Amino acid sequence: MNAIILSAIWGVIMMFGGVIFKKRDTPLYWAIAGVSIILIANVLEFFGHPLLSFDSKDMLHFDKFTLHFNSIALICTLLYFLLSGRDIEKIGMHVSEYFCLIFFVLCGVFISSSFNTLLLFFLGIEIMSIPLYILTGSNKANLKGNEAALKYFLMGAFSTGLMLMGIALIYGGNPQGSFYITNINLGTGDLSPMIAAGLLLIVFSLSFKVSAAPFHFWAPDVYDGAPAVISSFMMTIVKVAGFVAFIRLFSISFGAMHGQWQSLIVIITAATLLIGNITAVFQQSVKRMLAYSSISHAGFMMLAIFALNDTAHEAIILYAAAYSIATIGLFAILIKMKDYSISGFNGLGKTQPLLGFTATIFLLSLAGIPLTAGFTAKFYVLMAALQTGQDVWLVILAVICAVIGVVYYFKVIQAIYFKEPEDNDNQNISVSSGFKLLLLITVGLIILLGILPNIVIDWLYY
Amino acid sequence: MLGTYFTFPELLLWIPLITGVITLFLKNESQVKRFAFIASLLTLVVSVISLFFTDVAHHPNYFYYNNVSYLWMPYIGSSFSVGLDGMGFLLTFLTALSYPLIIATTFKREFKNAPAFFGLLLLSQAGIMGVFVATDALVFYFFWELALIPLYFLCSRWGAEKRIQATFKFFVYTFTGSLLMLVGILYVYLHTPQVSANSIHSFSISAFYNTVLSYGDQQWLFWLFFVAFAVKIPIWPFHTWQPFVYEQANYPSVMVLSAIMVKMGVFGMIRWLIPIFPEAVFTFNHLVIILSLIGLFYASFIAFVQSDLKRFVAWSSIAHLGLMAASIFVVNTSALQGVMVEMFNHGINILALWIVVDLIENSTGIKKINELGGLATKSPWLAFFLVIIALGNIALPLTNSFVSEFLMFNGIFVFNKWYAFVAIISIILSAGYMLRMVQLVFFGKESGAVENMKSINCSQFWILGILVAGILILGIYPEPVINLTKESVDSILKMVNR
Repeated sequence: MNAIILSAIWGVIMMFGGVIFKKRDTPLYWAIAGVSIILIANVLEFFGHPLLSFDSKDMLHFDKFTLHFNSIALICTLLYFLLSGRDIEKIGMHVSEYFCLIFFVLCGVFISSSFNTLLLFFLGIEIMSIPLYILTGSNKANLKGNEAALKYFLMGAFSTGLMLMGIALIYGGNPQGSFYITNINLGTGDLSPMIAAGLLLIVFSLSFKVSAAPFHFWAPDVYDGAPAVISSFMMTIVKVAGFVAFIRLFSISFGAMHGQWQSLIVIITAATLLIGNITAVFQQSVKRMLAYSSISHAGFMMLAIFALNDTAHEAIILYAAAYSIATIGLFAILIKMKDYSISGFNGLGKTQPLLGFTATIFLLSLAGIPLTAGFTAKFYVLMAALQTGQDVWLVILAVICAVIGVVYYFKVIQAIYFKEPEDNDNQNISVSSGFKLLLLITVGLIILLGILPNIVIDWLYY
Repeated sequence: MLGTYFTFPELLLWIPLITGVITLFLKNESQVKRFAFIASLLTLVVSVISLFFTDVAHHPNYFYYNNVSYLWMPYIGSSFSVGLDGMGFLLTFLTALSYPLIIATTFKREFKNAPAFFGLLLLSQAGIMGVFVATDALVFYFFWELALIPLYFLCSRWGAEKRIQATFKFFVYTFTGSLLMLVGILYVYLHTPQVSANSIHSFSISAFYNTVLSYGDQQWLFWLFFVAFAVKIPIWPFHTWQPFVYEQANYPSVMVLSAIMVKMGVFGMIRWLIPIFPEAVFTFNHLVIILSLIGLFYASFIAFVQSDLKRFVAWSSIAHLGLMAASIFVVNTSALQGVMVEMFNHGINILALWIVVDLIENSTGIKKINELGGLATKSPWLAFFLVIIALGNIALPLTNSFVSEFLMFNGIFVFNKWYAFVAIISIILSAGYMLRMVQLVFFGKESGAVENMKSINCSQFWILGILVAGILILGIYPEPVINLTKESVDSILKMVNR
């Protein structure tokens, strides 16, 4: 509860900061301080020292999974601010407003991970989405950004409608007549048409939020059109929060009748994996390639929703950390480049050895090569899916898609190390030694998680 | 002492790993080479000492020697455990022996960005060692992949024009195979016996060996593992990456690939495939043997008409490995024993062959068989060595391969005499293409292109001398290698016939 309250308060502080702060670089320091404070408060709450609390009538419920995920989301945000904070300032004039919106998104993230009623579930997802519509179009001069924002808003509003309809149907069909997700007791028999329709609508709208196929069409355009710093945030923390909400709602409310909607998830997972990976192969721009790759990673995380067992919860946590850290790191490097195309990376290993090396590790992690966090995350997801003992073909499809993933990630690695640098000033960028150090720390985190994934997972059973 | 505080499997793993990382940060090229050479010699010394500590005859278990295990991921039942048996000793020794020789061949060469090159080379050694010593399925999988990554960078960075494309094909093939194997490993893991209903499963090799899988499961799991190993070996029709990579990549990497890395596939089949899915092995063995024999013939015929020396060696290697794959799936004492010995023999034979090809291409700049000729007059010692190496490859009596191939043919014959008949023809073919190559390249009319060929220098003489001595000694006295691996063969057969 600390995290929700503090992030909302800090959002307001940052909003007024727009009036108070005179220098452009002040908001970043405040934002970093804010995230650190929220992180500390959340960790204290994890160890049983809640600082702030109010009686939510149990509409919010905080368990280890929730608080642990909140910490991971906060650490990733902190890393994001440290690595890309200076680039957020470059989006436009209203620096503190951008940070303010990000804090509001974080508030939504924390509600999405702790809701205990369908209403709070809806609120969490919406609080998370609405600031993002604004952030997507934050670069007002960029037509592509405006288009992306409008597209995202229209599609998002539509899916919100679906979600509300679904919630209404579930409420109506629930014999208990309650919004509490723990009270949704639908039995294990055949679903009534009303419940089935409600469930279907919720699956669709959540698939939209996490960009799972066939509801992914907005994702590449929005991620590509939005400022790169904002895409980095949307693809990582926001997306995994969507998954946490997904797995929370479905394991608590609909876990008992898992078998009845599992085949639907199987289809969505298979489609997401195939579409995300195959389309990513043909992209020329690294930014757009990463947009499709984020769809493919959504496919891997969908495997955990498919499995819905204890390992799946561990897998989601681990995947959230592994995927977010690697993507944030890669974006931090990408943003520094002037040209986002793959050939823009040519010879980076020579001109900027450290950037080339760290980018390579991030790409290897995204591709799921052992010794990186990406591997352990994929490993856990696959293990969770295999534990169900059914649909082994889906797991095999997933690993084949992982191979397709190697094709496009390695295109960039090949450009970095095996191609000659071109005669443009694309890589003529100066980066501070602090930035380099942070990149190395990020790489260290990835390798640490690749060797000892239990340092993340153990906290679930603390 | 040595075996108490640091066990041999660990040392064999950590020395190349640590020195490899250090090498990446060195600056001076000659310093790098010297350091890498000394590091690989150190590994060799440890490996040689370890051979004296084997007491193969008196141990009933499969893994008995220096089996150490640290908690790694205890909550999923995986521990960092490494150990060696006879086969492991043999292959780690082969790896340890090959690297100093490979590094020694590069002494007179210039390398762009030498620290990266030699660092990655040593890291690949660590990965390969890890594969051979792992006694935990997850550790095995880790090293199986990690051996590949340094070689991917080595082959893509240094080599001929189309190297990036070639290496990437290789990478995608093997990565597909290994990920399928990962699914297989996970599936077997989830069926390993549990102590009680809620206790965790285990990734340890003994748990895998004790897992009872239904026949239906074995049938598809077999293929998941098989593809991973078949791509590495490579068995026809999974071989298409190999000639391309061998042609395009740089010589040291190719030597690592063909002398050691392909053995990973053979090793994997013997250790991780046959004992875990015995019933499936006896279902599919005819199919696999037929595939291997097709590969054997196909590769032999192509070797006949190859004009490129590197591709020629690649195809001849595919042919030999086809025979080895066929013998594995015969699953009897003689054939398996033959495969074990042949793994070592093929390693030194092909290494020697590559060194000769490397010398020729580097002195003359030509690797087309037709454009060469009469090299023997220019470099008589090289010709002498090559003839012995070629005879070793043909498996003539008194050379090392004779022993192993005889054992393999014997095993195949006991299994099915028609397969043996078909396989025997291959030896005639191999004599044909090997001698054709020797004749065209070293004898015959002297072509103008070989003007620059010099006689081999002292270090090259020693490198080839050691390998040729190995070929001859093991041809006359193969007993040590057979004794070393006998125990492994027996324990595998015991598990298959349980």
